[in-house]
Amino acid sequence: MKSNVIRLTSAVVIPIFLIIIFPSHAGETFKRIKKRGHVRCGVSAGLPGFSVPDSKGKWKGIDVDVCRAFAAALFGDARKIKVSGLSAQQRFTALQSGEIDVLTRNTTYTLSRDTSVGLNFAPVNYYDGQGFMVKKSSGVKSAKKLKGASVCIHQGTTTERNVADFFRRHSMKFKPIVMESDEEVFKAFVAGRCDTYTTDVSGLAARRTTLKKPNDFIILPEIISKEPLAPAVRHGDDEWFDLVKWSVFAMISAEELGITSRNVDKMKKSPDPNIRRLLGVIKGNGKALGVSESWAYNIIKLVGNYGESFERNVGEKSPLRLKRGLNALWTKGGLMYAPPVK
Amino acid sequence: MAEPNHPPFWRDLRFRKVAFQVLVLGLLLVLGGILFSNAKTALENQNVASGFGFLKQEAAFEISDAPISYSAESSFGRALVVGLINTLVVALLGNILAVFWGTFLGIAQLSSNWLLAKLAKTYVTVFRNLPLVLLLFFWYVLVTEIFPSVREAIELLPHTYLSQRGLAVPVPKGHPSHPYILAVFFLGLAFSWLSYRWLKRRQEKTGKSFSLLTLFGGCMVLPPLLTWCLAGAPLELDVPALEGFGFEGGFIFTPEFGALLLGLVLYTGAFIAEIVRSGIQSVNKGQWEAATSLGMGSGKTLRLVILPQALRVIIPPLTGQILNLTKNSSLAVAIGYSDFVNVANTTMNQTGQAIECIALIMAVYLFFSLLTSLFMNWYNHATRLVTR
Repeated sequence: MKSNVIRLTSAVVIPIFLIIIFPSHAGETFKRIKKRGHVRCGVSAGLPGFSVPDSKGKWKGIDVDVCRAFAAALFGDARKIKVSGLSAQQRFTALQSGEIDVLTRNTTYTLSRDTSVGLNFAPVNYYDGQGFMVKKSSGVKSAKKLKGASVCIHQGTTTERNVADFFRRHSMKFKPIVMESDEEVFKAFVAGRCDTYTTDVSGLAARRTTLKKPNDFIILPEIISKEPLAPAVRHGDDEWFDLVKWSVFAMISAEELGITSRNVDKMKKSPDPNIRRLLGVIKGNGKALGVSESWAYNIIKLVGNYGESFERNVGEKSPLRLKRGLNALWTKGGLMYAPPVK
Repeated sequence: MAEPNHPPFWRDLRFRKVAFQVLVLGLLLVLGGILFSNAKTALENQNVASGFGFLKQEAAFEISDAPISYSAESSFGRALVVGLINTLVVALLGNILAVFWGTFLGIAQLSSNWLLAKLAKTYVTVFRNLPLVLLLFFWYVLVTEIFPSVREAIELLPHTYLSQRGLAVPVPKGHPSHPYILAVFFLGLAFSWLSYRWLKRRQEKTGKSFSLLTLFGGCMVLPPLLTWCLAGAPLELDVPALEGFGFEGGFIFTPEFGALLLGLVLYTGAFIAEIVRSGIQSVNKGQWEAATSLGMGSGKTLRLVILPQALRVIIPPLTGQILNLTKNSSLAVAIGYSDFVNVANTTMNQTGQAIECIALIMAVYLFFSLLTSLFMNWYNHATRLVTR
């Protein structure tokens, strides 16, 4: 009981009390972050490729990179972040209560979250979709053959509803096994309690890397949902929201313009006005956002462009071996598109 | 003219007593009001939805152990009711089993059989000192890792299969006579209870004894059996059969339910054992000697002399254990049994309305706890020592 009480308390009750006692003042987040000197980000408590602490306890991953980009834009130092690992359940309360400034926790952009949960979503930093993993020995080749299957699901995500929707759409029944900890529920699947484990495809790939014999497991071809994963801030934080949005856009623009962390200094001398505007050689953007003119330069120099971050954390050379797919630039058949930075 | 010795009203003790209580209550109310309005403003500022309107919305998630009809099209309210029933089932069954198991262990600890007493003592010591959540994981892992896969399920009895997906047992196929049989059974139960009280009173007055077996057998077993025969003795069973990914048909005790129930019973049983042991030992040794000198055997002494006196000591702490078991059942969320907290957690996530869901969880457990306390207080009152 004790551990449950502690977990429940830390998960939800404390943030609720924070909401009750100190109602956060809308619109002041930006000022407070500047005064405080670091950005507080909420990330997933351990999802390889997205946010996971390395052997030295330093957080790494595509979601952590976005957080570092905010710090680079604000302070010119990507290390000025404080990362909190949050469970799926804790995340919204943590943001609502002001415990964190921004949620960069592979969170799916949905209407209800954008409205009744009180979030504002920044541009998508990873286009994902939900899939299924099965044991190769089960002989299942398609998700449509999962009639009557037991499905292991992690609690507190869009996943729970997507699975129900998928089975409803195909008029099939299934038995959900829902647990609070993703770790535990995945273990139950590996042990054979469930026929299939479901989460976002990137998550499946990440989980598979942790297995002893990854080749005994396959990811089924069906993608059953749209999961645009995006950073989110509270309602009413317009200035902060702008910076979050444009930091992501700057990373995408940089890739589009061919600016990388290696060539960024050389690129400053480029005659292309778009590059000159992004890097702050032509001034104006920084002032409009309320940060220094070298904000985007700092992001690219210290964190890298979107493509670099992708390849480093989840790309084909990383253990996750994910293809760019939907996450390629719009010029290369993907969905990554940034509005003009001017 | 006022009496010179009469103190002013604010120094009057009677006035002070009342005034301080009013003051404290008032302060508490004001504090509560501030907190409430603060939360409301904070949520409104962020445009976060509040209120219980979400209970009527479509839940759109599935629950696997649903005792009442439930599907993804049902509302959040209904999903929560499913969770509530599951909590009730596991708490009720768990408490009954834990009390029996604990009583047995408690008595076994005092047994003159050396091995039995030592075994019981060791068990109690070990289980009282393990964290419950560890026990739950242990049983759950045991079931899922050690039992064979569905395809290699062990057939324990005809049509009863044990596998890592749980225990699949056959159940009688639905028949129109079933509600009648159940109704007759409950009528018998009520009737036998009334007759029991009447016979008991008669025994106290006249010393005429009666047979419990005849009474309960005659009232609760025979009539339903007769009804069943009248309906044509339908014997058809709904047997579990391997189909697709697992067993279909019959009834399946899931590993989640099994591990939770076992964990709760074995854990709480150890605490109850200590309560029962101390209760028995609190009865004066002279009571044993007196009973023995009257020629009573040890079993009869325990049942008729010792336990009725020990109960007075046992019941108050036992109430605490029963409440504990009920509240501990919320650990179900760790091993995936769909209890109230599990469903409420999912609801909290799908709707984002944490304050409302936490309030619901608190209200539900508070209600159960108060109800249990009320019942146990009544029972405590009923078993108190009647002094003549």
